[in-house]
Amino acid sequence: MAAAGPSVFLLMVNGQVESAQFPEYDDLYCKYCFVYGQDWAPTAGLEEGISQITSKSQDVRQALVWNFPIDVTFKSTNPYGWPQIVLSVYGPDVFGNDVVRGYGAVHLPFSPGRHKRTIPMFVPESTSKLQKFTSWFMGRRPEYTDPKVVAQGEGREVTRVRSQGFVTLLFNVVTKDMRKLGYDTGPSDTQGVSGPSPPPGRPL
Amino acid sequence: MNPKEEKVKIITEEFDENDEDAGVGSQKKTSKMARQKRKKPLPAAGPEEMVSENPHLGNQPEPLQEDSDTRPLSMTTRRGPRSLPPIPSASRTGFAEFSMRERMREKLQAARSKAESTLLQEIPTPRPRRLQSPGEKELETEFGTEPGEEAQKTQQEDDSQSHSRVKFRDSVRKIKTKPPVPPGFPSAEEAYNFFTFNFDPEPEESEEKPKAKNRDGTTQEEEEGEEEEPPVQGIHKTDEQLLISATEAEAFLWGLDHAAADFVAVRPADYESAHVRLQMEKELLFVPSRLTVPTYKKLPENVQPRYLEDEGLYIGTRPDVPRTCQNIMENRLLTQEPGRRWFGDDGRIVALPNPIKPFPSRPPVLTQEQDFRAELETLYKKAVKYVHRSQHMIGSGDSPGNFQLDIDISGLIFTHHPCFSREHVLAAKLAQLYDQYLARHQRNKAKFLTDKLQALRNAVQTGLNPEKTHKSLDTTQKTINEYKSEIRQTRKLRDAEQEKDRMLLKTIIKVWKEMKSLREFQRFTNTPLKLVLRKEKVDQKADEEAYEAEIQAEISELLEEHMEEHEQKMEAYRAAYQQWKAWKKAQRAKKKKKKQAVEEHPEEEMGEPYPEEDPVKPVPPEPTDRALMEHQVRERAARSRRRPGEPLLVPELSLAGSVTPNEQCPRVEVLRREDVKRRSIYLKVIFNDKEVSRTDSRPLGADFRVHFGQIFNLQIFNWPESLTLQVYETVGHSGTTLLAEVFLPIPETTIVTGRAPIEEVEFSSNQHVTLDHEGVGSGMPFSFEADGSNQLILMTSGKVSNSVAWAIGENGIPLIPPLSQQNIGFRSALKRADAISSIGTSGLTDLKKLAKWAAESKLDPNDPNNAPLMQLISVATSGESYVPDFFRLEQLQQEFNFVSDEELNRSKRFRLLCLRSQEVPEFRNYKQIPAYDREIMEKVFQDYEKRLRDRNVIETKDHIDPHRAMVAKYLQQVRESVINRFLIAKHHFLLSDLIVEEEVPNISILGLSLFKLAEQKRPLRPRRKGRKKVTAQNLSDGDIKVLVNIIRAYDIPVRKPTASKFQQPSRSSRTFSEKHAASPTTHSPTHSADYPLGQVLVRPFVEVSFQRTICHTTTAEGPNPSWNEELELPFRAPNGDYSTSSLQSVKDDVFINIFDEVLYDVLEDDRERGSGIHTRIERHWLGCVKIPFSTIYFQAKFDSQEDEKLLQATEKFQAECALKFPHRQCLTTVTDISGKTVFITRYLKPLNPPQELLEACPNNPQATAELVARYVSLIPFLPDTVSFAGICDLWSTSDQFLDLLAGDEEEHAVLLCNYFLSLGKKAWLVMGSAIPEGPTAYVLTREQSHYLIWNPCSGHFYGQFDTFCPLKSVGCLIGPDNIWFNIQRHDSPLRINFDVTKPKLWKSFFSRSLLYPGLSSVQPEELIYQRTDKAAAAELQDRIEKILKEKIMDWRPRHLTRWNRYCTSALRHFLPLLERSRGEDVEDDHRGELLKQLGDYRFSGFPLHMPYSELKPLIEAVYSTGVHNIDVPNVEFALAVYIHPYPKNVLSVWIYVASLIRNR
Repeated sequence: MAAAGPSVFLLMVNGQVESAQFPEYDDLYCKYCFVYGQDWAPTAGLEEGISQITSKSQDVRQALVWNFPIDVTFKSTNPYGWPQIVLSVYGPDVFGNDVVRGYGAVHLPFSPGRHKRTIPMFVPESTSKLQKFTSWFMGRRPEYTDPKVVAQGEGREVTRVRSQGFVTLLFNVVTKDMRKLGYDTGPSDTQGVSGPSPPPGRPL
Repeated sequence: MNPKEEKVKIITEEFDENDEDAGVGSQKKTSKMARQKRKKPLPAAGPEEMVSENPHLGNQPEPLQEDSDTRPLSMTTRRGPRSLPPIPSASRTGFAEFSMRERMREKLQAARSKAESTLLQEIPTPRPRRLQSPGEKELETEFGTEPGEEAQKTQQEDDSQSHSRVKFRDSVRKIKTKPPVPPGFPSAEEAYNFFTFNFDPEPEESEEKPKAKNRDGTTQEEEEGEEEEPPVQGIHKTDEQLLISATEAEAFLWGLDHAAADFVAVRPADYESAHVRLQMEKELLFVPSRLTVPTYKKLPENVQPRYLEDEGLYIGTRPDVPRTCQNIMENRLLTQEPGRRWFGDDGRIVALPNPIKPFPSRPPVLTQEQDFRAELETLYKKAVKYVHRSQHMIGSGDSPGNFQLDIDISGLIFTHHPCFSREHVLAAKLAQLYDQYLARHQRNKAKFLTDKLQALRNAVQTGLNPEKTHKSLDTTQKTINEYKSEIRQTRKLRDAEQEKDRMLLKTIIKVWKEMKSLREFQRFTNTPLKLVLRKEKVDQKADEEAYEAEIQAEISELLEEHMEEHEQKMEAYRAAYQQWKAWKKAQRAKKKKKKQAVEEHPEEEMGEPYPEEDPVKPVPPEPTDRALMEHQVRERAARSRRRPGEPLLVPELSLAGSVTPNEQCPRVEVLRREDVKRRSIYLKVIFNDKEVSRTDSRPLGADFRVHFGQIFNLQIFNWPESLTLQVYETVGHSGTTLLAEVFLPIPETTIVTGRAPIEEVEFSSNQHVTLDHEGVGSGMPFSFEADGSNQLILMTSGKVSNSVAWAIGENGIPLIPPLSQQNIGFRSALKRADAISSIGTSGLTDLKKLAKWAAESKLDPNDPNNAPLMQLISVATSGESYVPDFFRLEQLQQEFNFVSDEELNRSKRFRLLCLRSQEVPEFRNYKQIPAYDREIMEKVFQDYEKRLRDRNVIETKDHIDPHRAMVAKYLQQVRESVINRFLIAKHHFLLSDLIVEEEVPNISILGLSLFKLAEQKRPLRPRRKGRKKVTAQNLSDGDIKVLVNIIRAYDIPVRKPTASKFQQPSRSSRTFSEKHAASPTTHSPTHSADYPLGQVLVRPFVEVSFQRTICHTTTAEGPNPSWNEELELPFRAPNGDYSTSSLQSVKDDVFINIFDEVLYDVLEDDRERGSGIHTRIERHWLGCVKIPFSTIYFQAKFDSQEDEKLLQATEKFQAECALKFPHRQCLTTVTDISGKTVFITRYLKPLNPPQELLEACPNNPQATAELVARYVSLIPFLPDTVSFAGICDLWSTSDQFLDLLAGDEEEHAVLLCNYFLSLGKKAWLVMGSAIPEGPTAYVLTREQSHYLIWNPCSGHFYGQFDTFCPLKSVGCLIGPDNIWFNIQRHDSPLRINFDVTKPKLWKSFFSRSLLYPGLSSVQPEELIYQRTDKAAAAELQDRIEKILKEKIMDWRPRHLTRWNRYCTSALRHFLPLLERSRGEDVEDDHRGELLKQLGDYRFSGFPLHMPYSELKPLIEAVYSTGVHNIDVPNVEFALAVYIHPYPKNVLSVWIYVASLIRNR
């Protein structure tokens, strides 16, 4: 086995949930967790986290900054089921009820280096106007049964969502043995330093 | 005050500050005198400017200024001198006035004493006083109100500097104006006036003059200034002198400045009334109105505004400008620029569209530094092959080298070359002419025209003959006229041709003669050209006749023509003459008139002599003169035609001549020849501006011909756009020069190799070459004449003979790029490549030929022009073409397969991935599939493959009973199919699966929640709010623990003191002992009283085992112990999969065992008792509770598929129930074994119990009922959650249940209920929750006076008010025809009323609003029971016993296990008794008997009773008793098994396990 080279590759991601833009809301916190395929296993670090509550900055940007660190290492034998980070943002509504303000998910970057991702966030919509009103009134907005739903495509057709806000994430990705297992994740694999970081997750 | 003045003042002040005191400055503002003084130094600041500008700038304003200034003094007489240019005064001020002033000041200081005395005498002292009031008045008149001056000032506006200068000059001039006054002494009033205007130099003048004159010599600067003056102002000597005196006066005043206070005029502040100022401003300022300008003002008159936007034209958004601003601007524009060019057609100001873009076009400036860097970073881009866009790539499908252009360059001939000698020039000319001659001769146009003429003449002749034609005269006349005109034209043409021929011949001869003379002159020949004129004799007479006839004919024709012409002219003449006559008459009349008018208007008559063109008196045309005409004709004939009788001259050019060898030539010629030899020529082939090949370099021959004879095959990649040959000449070794470029046409597609003619393409160069030998050079004038006249300039030129054609491939197909790729420029080629020209009209009918042609010529099948043709061809040829008789789907699939299918199937990894993706149970949760095939063990698939293999093989190894094995198999299959169904269903999501959403609350709940708002925040007794279940994501072994809280126990049996020393614990738990449920009060510790107090009756402890992990509590004492302990058991999920579905399929049970701890003194010897205690702890199993894990972790899920209406009703019913009592179980529909939803009442129907049971005790219905219940309880229990993991609760019908011999509470309850119904009892299914099962189903029966609650799984029954009834809550009752939901306040069976007829207590499903539709039952009509084979049961019994014994021995690996056969046989006899009594109090009798038999053995044992399903649970049960744990050395064991068979293969298994210790 040892002579045959590695049998798993490692993906190490650290970074942070930097900030968010939720123009209408304040005092938010976020939770993150990872969704990954069966061939993946976390080897180190935290898979779930819940951040502090942050308030908007007083300047024009009105940014909600968490700077909530992420540090996790996965091992895998198969790129299928590449880990996704699932974010859910919560905050109080007018009545002080804790309601969800956004769900979002993004794949961890494939290529090593520094990556910045801005994820558009969305929340499920109520099924009717009346529901909407009552859910607003009762402070029990529709929520996903499991935030991980947003990382899967199955069953999404039955839901309706509305976009609100963006969350910016920063990833520093290190991979090990991907090449040896025959997975080439692009030219920046060899560079190590921040290559051209294409922002596919950018909203604009 | 004038604003103008104000401005000047301010500017000047800036200059003053340097050299004047502040005090003086303030003083000046008030007095005119001071102002002037102040202005004086100003020019000094910029003397250069002054000198240059003065003559121009100063000039204009001066006279006006003068006027204004002088008018108050009314000195009109001084107009003359004032008009003079003011240069002197300006220049005089000089450039170093400051220094001069300083010097003057010094001098004045010295002279003051002298001067002062005289001055004081002359000037009246009270000057300051007099200055006051009149001065003010004067100032006003002078500046403020004079309109003329104002106008002038506006002109000067920009030039304050010059203005100030002007002012200064004025003051000087005023001084100059003084002289006339002084002779007479001024009156007091005059003096006063004077002083108020200006300081008065007068009085000093007489005295100061000598001083100033003295100073003249010393002040250099001043003199310089004065020296400039004389040329300009020479005449005004007095003026000049006055100027000097003025300066002196000034200087004097400077001196007086020290006493400035004397001159200060105190005046009130200037005030102009607002009205006046407004008046002034109104004149000066223009304030545009803010009002909207009416559109008509902005547009030209009578023009309607035109709105482009309304006409549909695009107009950009105008920049946003407030309306008022626009109005102001419009008003301003209208006033300032009267033209309307600023206004558009719509009457608005012309404006460009708003330039502000809504989005920034600049890349956003990112705040973070690193981003900057990222943007500036250089990106590496891989080089991309450049494809020229305008050049079409040829042939997507064909290989690019398939097209070929053959260029055959045969040779090159120079028609002129710098090295041509004169002879060569002539030779070339001659050759050219000869070529021309040959060409003409070949065409022989003259002959053709002559023939034509002849034919026409004949036609006319015949046409004129009236006998021969009977056509109408008109038509014949017409045709004849046409013929005639044609004859005329033809004749002209023929004449021209003949003349040309003749001229050519003449020129040839002339050139040849020149050449001959030249050869003679230069005494050598350079060219082998030789012209031979062959004379062809002609018949003199015939020739002459023909000649004459020709002339005659021509003459007659001409005459005729002329006659016609003459006629026409005469006609015209007559008309003109008439006109002229009339005009003449009129003229005469006019003249008469005019003569009369001559006296009155002599001049006018003069201008009118030729008011119109005077018609000249027409001259009558002369009649044609035949002789003259004949002469003309003859002359022309002589010029252009061969004279009759003259021999025909045929020139023949040959190269037969000899060239003079070099030795005989002069040096210059030799040089030339050598030069020619040194030259060589080659051609480059340029294709699409790229050199593709070049010919060999060939020497230039002496005849200036180069033969190449090379063929170039160009493999074409791009469509040819240009093809060029470049002619290069190499002279010796010095290098090459590009002589010329020859552009070759791209051949048409029809031209292929072999067919292409050799063409000669001419070229010429514009190079200028002069040579120092006989060569004439090129581009240079030269002459043949000796005197240099008749110069010629020849350029290098020549011809390249070549042919360009498309190559033909091996199979005869021309290698031509498809026409579709040609540019539009080549369309002509396409047009010409039409079918008819190519294959002829006959080819059109031959379709095959046509098709071949179409293929060959590469006809564009997509060109709409070709569409019909292509269709025709396709139809015609389809019969022969190959059409595949199959249709290939995904024909490209082969291309995309990266490995072969076999290889793919061989891949273990791929297989594993596939299986996992299909969610095959074995692999569903397979984690981390290895990256390589070699790492996947074969055995991974073994289980799966085995299962596939064994699917239809029933093996009996695990299942001793073949029927059980079959059932197990069947169950397995059902399980699989159901799982598959639900795996599919699992991927079908409902909104509720994904989103948690609150139901729309009704008013009451809304009100309640409103009410809740007012609730206190921290209630005293907070109620726990259910936390939302969050499934853990990644749990590993050890993360989950099962917590068991052992609180207390009731009624634990105590040890019975027997005669012997050993204690026999009574039957352990209630489940075994308490059958007297009929009497609710039976359960009380009855035995305790029998024993003496203080003696420990029992020391129980509880042991919990789960997944072979064991925990136990501390040991308590007494039959009613209380532990209050929490035990923690680790949990391991199967396969490490902690998903919901996986957890639900955990089959492990939690065993809760109660043991009695018994301490034995092991000391054999009493002597040692003092020193130590040696006890052995024995534990005796008292009983067990088995809790399946599935009840711990339970999640129910339903699917629905019944009648829509009913389903809706059930949903509604359930929703209503859930709303009121969310925790009460309400069941209306269930899923049957095939996965369909069935209404629950369909399951209930009276069904016959086995006849055997009914016959057992026919007279005791209660006993029968108990027996039936026991029978039902003997059917093994298998929870649905285990069978159908995480999916649903499946209900099987009773026959299915009996066939399967496995089921959970529902099946048991349904069967029991059905039996009871058939026994004639009133029975219901109770849905509720019990301990330990959780949500479960019980059976309720109604006896005469009370209700009984039956546990179907154990067969026990309880009274309604039995506190030990495990059923803790009742959700609903289900009967065969209705469902009743418990809507009472309580749900404990102890506290509810089971009377379902009361609608306030029980909400029924079917009521008056929804009548029972009479649903058919799903149960069979009758149950059929087979008698169980007793022999098989006996065999099974033996095997079980054997296996268990082996197991016990296995569990005691370190000890010897001895079996007491005697005890075993005793037990064996005892077990059937137990079965008969259903475990009831037979023991006591039996125990005594046993004890008797066993004698001195300490006996510890207990019977276990179980329904038989398979072997494993039996083993587990034996293990959990812990009998084998006894490690007393001389222990013996006894084990007996008894199986009692019931109908339908229901087996009751009894196991008696005991340990025996021999007493000493």
